[in-house]
Order: sequence, then C-alpha cells, then structure tokens
Amino acid sequence: MENSFWSYFFVIITFGLYIVIAVRSRANSTGDFYVAGHDVHPVVNGMATAADWMSAASFLSMAGLIAFLGYGGSVYLMGWTGGYVLLALLLAPFLREFGKFTVPDFVGDRYYSSFARIVAVVCAIFISFTYIAGQMKGVGVAFSAFLGVPSTIGILIGMIVVFFYAVLGGMKGITYTQVAQYCVLIFAYTVPAIFISIIITNNPIPQLGFISNMSGSDISMLTKLDNLLTDLGFLEYTQTSKSMIDTFCITAALMFGTAGLPHVIIRFFTVKSAHAARVSAGWALVFIALLYTVAPAVGSFARLNFINTVNDAQYDNNTSENSADIKMVPEWFKNWEQMGYVSFKDLNNDGIMQYRGPNAPDGLQNEVEVNRDIFVLANPEIAQLPDWVAGLVVAGGLAAALSTAAGLLMVISSAVSHDLCRKTLFKNIDDKSELFVARLSAAGAVFAAGLLGIYASQLGFVAQVVAFAFGLAASSLFPVIFLGIFWKRMNKEGAIVSMLVGLVSTFSYIVYFKFLGGTQDQWFLGVSPEGIGFVFMWLALISGILVSSLTKEPPDEIKELVEKIRISRRT
Amino acid sequence: MKKNYWNASLRLTLGLLSIWFLVSFGAGILFRDFLDKYNIGGAPLGFWFAQQGSIYIFVILIFYYCFAIRRIEEKYKDEV
Repeated sequence: MENSFWSYFFVIITFGLYIVIAVRSRANSTGDFYVAGHDVHPVVNGMATAADWMSAASFLSMAGLIAFLGYGGSVYLMGWTGGYVLLALLLAPFLREFGKFTVPDFVGDRYYSSFARIVAVVCAIFISFTYIAGQMKGVGVAFSAFLGVPSTIGILIGMIVVFFYAVLGGMKGITYTQVAQYCVLIFAYTVPAIFISIIITNNPIPQLGFISNMSGSDISMLTKLDNLLTDLGFLEYTQTSKSMIDTFCITAALMFGTAGLPHVIIRFFTVKSAHAARVSAGWALVFIALLYTVAPAVGSFARLNFINTVNDAQYDNNTSENSADIKMVPEWFKNWEQMGYVSFKDLNNDGIMQYRGPNAPDGLQNEVEVNRDIFVLANPEIAQLPDWVAGLVVAGGLAAALSTAAGLLMVISSAVSHDLCRKTLFKNIDDKSELFVARLSAAGAVFAAGLLGIYASQLGFVAQVVAFAFGLAASSLFPVIFLGIFWKRMNKEGAIVSMLVGLVSTFSYIVYFKFLGGTQDQWFLGVSPEGIGFVFMWLALISGILVSSLTKEPPDEIKELVEKIRISRRT
Repeated sequence: MKKNYWNASLRLTLGLLSIWFLVSFGAGILFRDFLDKYNIGGAPLGFWFAQQGSIYIFVILIFYYCFAIRRIEEKYKDEV
C-alpha cells in the first residue's frame, strides 16, 4: 500500500524507543523485577495501567464492534471501565497494604495453604494465556495489514521487542515502556477521531460530536444514523437485539472480571502505599476513559461513513457510462478487498453494491460483507485523511497489543518463579537465583505466547476465548480476594472450594456453548457464555461462604492479618 | 476497637457502589427505555448514559472515594 512508508516510519521509531527504555531500566532485584521496587508515582502507574489494560481488542476491535452493535456495544464500554470502581473500592488498596508481589501470594498467605496458592496460580496462568493469544494475534494483524509482513514474522518481531523489556527490566522496564506505549496509542486513537468528528459534525471534540448535529444540517448525527440504518433494513443504532438480562450479565461479568484480572491487580503493587493505589486507580480510569469515551464516537462516525461511501456505489469503474453523478466504489474498498476484509458479491448483476440489513424495505439482498476490525484500521482511509495518520494507527495498535502482552507475561513469569519455585518447591533459594528464574520464566512465557499467537491466528478462535478470561477472573479470583478482605471468617476450605467451583462451572459452560455446539435455547436463565461469569461468581461466593461456615475458623493470626490490611498505614 | 473506622469506611463504600450501580446498570440498562424519552444534545439520555455518562461518573466516584476515605482515616486516627 502507498502509505506503508509512514507505517514503517512510526513502527521503527516507537519500537526503538521501547528498546531504549528497556535497556535504561534494568531490574537489579526481585523487588524491582516483580513490583518495580514499590516506587512508581501514582499518576505514572495510572498511565501504565491504562496501557496494560487497553489491549489490541480495545484499540483495534472495540470501535468496530460498537459500530456494528450500536447500543449493544455499551456492554464493553461500561464493563471495561466500571470494573475500576470495584478495583479502587474493594481490592487494590487492601492488596497493596498486604504488600506482597503476586495475586497467588495473597491467596496463599491469607488462606494459609499451599494448595490454595497453587489453585490461584493455575487460574492466573490460564487467564493470562487465553488473553495473550489475542494480543499476539493483534500484532500479526497489524503487521500483515499495513507492512506487508507475513503475520508469523510480525509476531516474531513483536516477541523480540517484548523479550527485551520484559526479561531485562521486569516490572520496572514494563512500567516505563507502558507509559510510552500509552502516549503512542492515545495519540494514534484520538487524532483520526478528531479529524473525522470535524468532517461529520464540525465539532473537534469527538465526545461532543457524538451528540451533535450533522455539519450543515439540523438533524443530529445519531438520528441520521438511526434513519439510514432503518432505511437499509438494519436495527436502529440506539437499539439492541440482546435481552435485558443478557446485557446486564455481560456488563457485570466484564466489570467483575476486570477487577479480578491478575495483570491489572499487580500494577497496583508497584506504588508506595494503599492510598497511592486508590489515587492511581482513579488516574488509570481517567487515561482509559480518554479512549473509551472516544470509541463510541469513532464507531458511529465509521458506520455512517461506511454506508455513505459504499452503499449504492458502482463497483466496476471501467464502464462506459461513467459520469459525474454516478457514485463510484471508493479506492480503499478495493485495497481492503484484496486482503479479505471486505467483499462484494453482485447477486442481482446490476454492478451496484447494495449494503442491506436483514429486513430491507426495498426487498434487496445484502451484497457487501465486512470484517469489523476494518473500522479502526481503515478509518483514516475511509475518511480520506492524510497518509501519516494511517501509519500512526499501526504504531498505536502495536503499542496496545505489546503493552498488554507484557503485563500478562509478568503474571505468568512471577507465578512460576515466585509462587511455584520460591514459595512452594524450593523454599530456600536466594534472591539472586530467584531473579534468574524469573527472567528465565519470562523468556519461556514470551516464547509460549508467540507460539500461541501463531497457532491461534490460524485457528481464528481468539474472539471466543476472550470470554474465558473475563468469565474466569470474575468467577474464580474475584470472590476469594473479595471475601478474603471483607469476611474475616473465610477459611482455607471455603477458598479452595470457591475457586474450584467458579473455575470448573464457568470453564465447562463456555466450552459447551462455544466449542461443543450448545444452542441458544439451552442458555441457563437466558445468559450467554460471555455473561455467565457473573452468574457463577455468585455460585462461587455462596459456596465459599457455606463451606467456610461448616468448617473450622481460620487461625487468630490470619484474622489479625485481615484487620491489618483493612487500615492503610500513613506514610 | 477498630470497628468504628471500618464501619464508616464500609458505609462510604456501599454508598458509592449504589451510585455506581445506578448510573450503569440503572440508567444504562434497566431504566433506559424511560430515560430515552429525554435527550442530551442529539442523543437519547439512556443510550448516552450507557456509552458516555456512566464512564464520567465512574471517574468522579473513585476520586471522591480517595478524598472521603482520607477524611474518615483522619476522624478515627486515634483508633487506628
């Protein structure tokens, strides 16, 4: 593609920057490696958390999902931000006050049990690997779509860069590269959005453009979109086909899942105090909200632009009847068609592209198929923005994918080196050997993640397994951590049963409906696999409480530990 | 002895979580058909809460919590 110069330019500059930062922030102790020495400023940590959190899915896929789902896309917007309120109020400050390195660390100590620690390790590793496959696939997509590099080689390049800062610098290196990656990704996301907002609504702030009138008209952008979609036989943009209970449960599963995701929780171990953890969660959400409030604007603008430029355009531009008043197929359509992101099948042989929904009033069949990811990737081209903007989007997508991958790798490597080796198998290894094992397991995790990305991109099942990560985090990790802080009486037996109940129930539900051919009419209470984590979270909470009540109380020193972490020490 | 501090902080948490619930699950999902009768700019109000408004309020909730929990710590500082 012509604009690949700018793509190469931005990708090489940003990758170089990440490596420079990595070399400058080497870790010297396990404290540096796991939690960046507990010494990261709350605002800096907030920014790093935002990059850690916003993945290839947030950057590349979310706006496209919203563009297609309209109101239905709200579950992602509320779910992936509302979780931070739970994190700030219920978990982060208490876990920071507890003051150790990993999530299984808390579970193991609070429930005085190596077995509970191992179950938590299994949950954390499982969640992180399902999540990381999607990031690596995102890296492959960005490389192949823009740089003409095969997806597998793209993933290998991504692995080498992550290897540098994750293995050398651990959490310390990751923190400062994530700050840089946040700046790259937010710039890359908002610049095209501002351009498009001005074009469509004359308002440079996308959040306001979203609720403004179309430029040069007194009809609001959303009403215009609703009318266009109804005319073409789609559902109105502001409506959804999902049931209310399903919308409710998916939103809740994403919120509680967000709060229980280990790679997000460990970011709050890197600040100085419990109070800093609270403030930092606030800043994290500010930085996240910058992208998340722009995304619905991008989604609606993109859908509008897509319909206006593609629908009823003439596909073949070599016909003799070419004249000024015939709408021609846009250039980008043919470019992306070659890569398989859009396709046109002329069902009624009239040479015109009819884009229609299932209930088109004019009775015409839909002839245009679209991959949702195109709405962010090709948005700059669809809106005819300058070439460098598209290059920026590639660098942003890679930043989003790599920053999240690094955070997940940290969870995997610290679970292996700290929780498995130091705390369970070889209790008397010294700090230096533990640091070596940590680097080794980080390297191993990078390698495994790359393989998973290559393998998964051939299978194309990444979107489905993401439901795993959130459902499992909500139903297995969130309940034990929450009860561990808010209910002193919760004991080892209750914790183990609760984690296993959450893990097994959610896992089997998702596998049954996603991979073994379960059908919608069999859904439990009408809840889809994406939302089931919320239902089984209650099952895990209740079974944990029941089993604890029937077995013996936790020892006194554990109750004292809980008392202690409920109060934040002044520093 | 530390009971008063903990109870006050629990009350604060519960209060803020009710607002959290109301602006997202309430305004954005359960009562959205009712709220959609009103508009904010060119957007139906319930739809706007689901895609914009709830997020702004989440941010305010966390910063208010940081401020209010400090005040509670100050008030019960002899106890803790």
